[in-house]
Amino acid sequence: MTEVLSAPLVVEFPFTRSLGPVQSAFLTGLRERTVLGVRTGDDRVLVPPVEYDPVTSAELRELVEVGATGTVTTWAWNPDPGRNQPLSTPFAWVLVRLDGADTAMLHALDAAGPDAVSTGMRVRIRWAAERVGAITDIACFEPDDGTGPPERAATAHHGEFTDPVTGIVAPARLDYVYSPGRAQTRYLAALADRKMIGERCPSCRKVYIPPRGACPTCGVATEEQVEVGPGGTITTFCIVNIKARGLDIEVPYVYAHIALDGADLALHGRIGGLPYDQVRMGMRVEPVWSDDGGFPDHYRPTGEPDAGYDTYKEMV
Amino acid sequence: MRDVAIVAFAQSRHARSTAEVSEVELLMPVLHEAFDQVELKASDIGFTCSGSSDYLAGRAFSFTMALDGVGAWPPISESHVEMDGAWALYEAWVKILTGEADTALVYSYGKSSPGDVREVLTRQLDPYYVAPLWPDPVALAALQARALIDAGHTSEPELAGVAARSRASARDNPYAQLTSVRDGGEYVVQPLRRQDCPPVGDGAAAIVLAAGDTARRLCARPAWIRGLDHRIEAHSLGVRDLTDSPSTRLAAERAGLFDAPVDTAELHAPFTSQEVVLRRALRLGDEVDVNPSGGPLAANPIMAAGLIRLGEAAARIHRGDSDRAVAHATSGPCLQQNLVAVLEGDVK
Repeated sequence: MTEVLSAPLVVEFPFTRSLGPVQSAFLTGLRERTVLGVRTGDDRVLVPPVEYDPVTSAELRELVEVGATGTVTTWAWNPDPGRNQPLSTPFAWVLVRLDGADTAMLHALDAAGPDAVSTGMRVRIRWAAERVGAITDIACFEPDDGTGPPERAATAHHGEFTDPVTGIVAPARLDYVYSPGRAQTRYLAALADRKMIGERCPSCRKVYIPPRGACPTCGVATEEQVEVGPGGTITTFCIVNIKARGLDIEVPYVYAHIALDGADLALHGRIGGLPYDQVRMGMRVEPVWSDDGGFPDHYRPTGEPDAGYDTYKEMV
Repeated sequence: MRDVAIVAFAQSRHARSTAEVSEVELLMPVLHEAFDQVELKASDIGFTCSGSSDYLAGRAFSFTMALDGVGAWPPISESHVEMDGAWALYEAWVKILTGEADTALVYSYGKSSPGDVREVLTRQLDPYYVAPLWPDPVALAALQARALIDAGHTSEPELAGVAARSRASARDNPYAQLTSVRDGGEYVVQPLRRQDCPPVGDGAAAIVLAAGDTARRLCARPAWIRGLDHRIEAHSLGVRDLTDSPSTRLAAERAGLFDAPVDTAELHAPFTSQEVVLRRALRLGDEVDVNPSGGPLAANPIMAAGLIRLGEAAARIHRGDSDRAVAHATSGPCLQQNLVAVLEGDVK
């Protein structure tokens, strides 16, 4: 049994999202320490506000200002905060109905411990020191010791601010540990020995490289390992004229599909060792291994006569 | 309307980690087992539909790799949903109802082990108001549990009872991941303790659907889908009454659940507190056998756990252990979206 390979894999995206008019007013309002809601046709005030009524789907545009104090409607004590969560010390997740609102919003409550939190308790917003027009402009909620403003009804608000926020950038990073599975582990292990190992389908007898563990035609596991190459034939190619960021290869260069001898599926690789405009279909090539081993850096011509089209036409 | 039945169901032995196999390597034996039950080949299937999410394992377009496992080349009639496989089954059911196919393969898989699933699942939330706070599914379920306790619908000891019963039931289920409550007492997010939460794990499941006489030919006692419907709650958690599940109730009504009693319920309640919500919404009395498989508290391979509920309920009908069963699947935080299926066996 081969050792299970693993490697860290980070998926990271800064999502850029535009805002509708109600979302824009709400998030800009937070920047200005003003909490806005939206009034529905049946005279309910939704906070946080949405663009369309969740029941009737009617367009909602009537903005109102609500209080920065409110009442906890439910809570949950989080003893072990995650790296991205609002507070780094244990806190309560809360749904808070702000004064003047009919619905509750989710946020964090900074409290001494679970014994200091209860449904119905009064809380107030703790504003972030630096505010940019985001839900995190509310740093968290904190218990209201009675010094906050009194409960209030929602009041009409024009929703207009100078320099309104029209979008948000939401960074998201997720960390994984990648493991390639049986077939690709066997393939990678062989590459380390500068061998190209494909796998044969027990049903149709085709040899796949790189193997992925299943024959896509027969839907069965490929388990018989077959050494292929190292020589191969260019079945088709393209000329790359745009330099990829972080890739230290001069353009133009040729990227090709290569049918390794003994394989029934072409893999792809860069062609080097000759001017780009001399590469042609049918050209015979062989791998040039990377200095530190482990994978073919590119393929170069062997100097053999070109392969006839009939020998590789099934793989074009 | 055409009669459509679940005629085969297979699942993997769910595990905390399956790092030694790729997704297609995890899935393929399950597909073959489902085919073997009805002596079909992939090429006999009229329509294939799968459910999975690339976010779980962080692999872009992983479902296209998984398709290798069904022999999808030359191209087959195929579709995919970025949802639990229960919703893939819904699509396949509709496809058969239209008459465009007589049989369908439905499968789903999820590998939660490569990532931190509590972080991953925050990415499905409202990106403007909620996701920037990174509230994880346990936190959101705990808010719901607190609301249920405050409303007098349950208590922490009652939730512990749900946990214990589920894991005890799972002892007869060779595919279950967790069959006992060990060291389950500490809070993960209060009021939910470790024992109230599902195990994190990897798994896959497959179901074969067939219409009318084809179903009768393939299976001694088909599990007929008498009704199938899915509904969703309002988007914002603070707009909802977290102690209730009107979407489940509506889906159940539309699926005909309340027309006659059921003997079995397979509920996709990943947290003990959510079983309380679902029992009320589905009006299940003590006479109904709830989650005899152990349910998602015993194995919760995300993206497959809902499809497994349909499969487990159908398998009981196949075996003659049930005559009329309800299966439920959910998606999203705090039972955001709910699917209800009513399954029946022919009179014995």
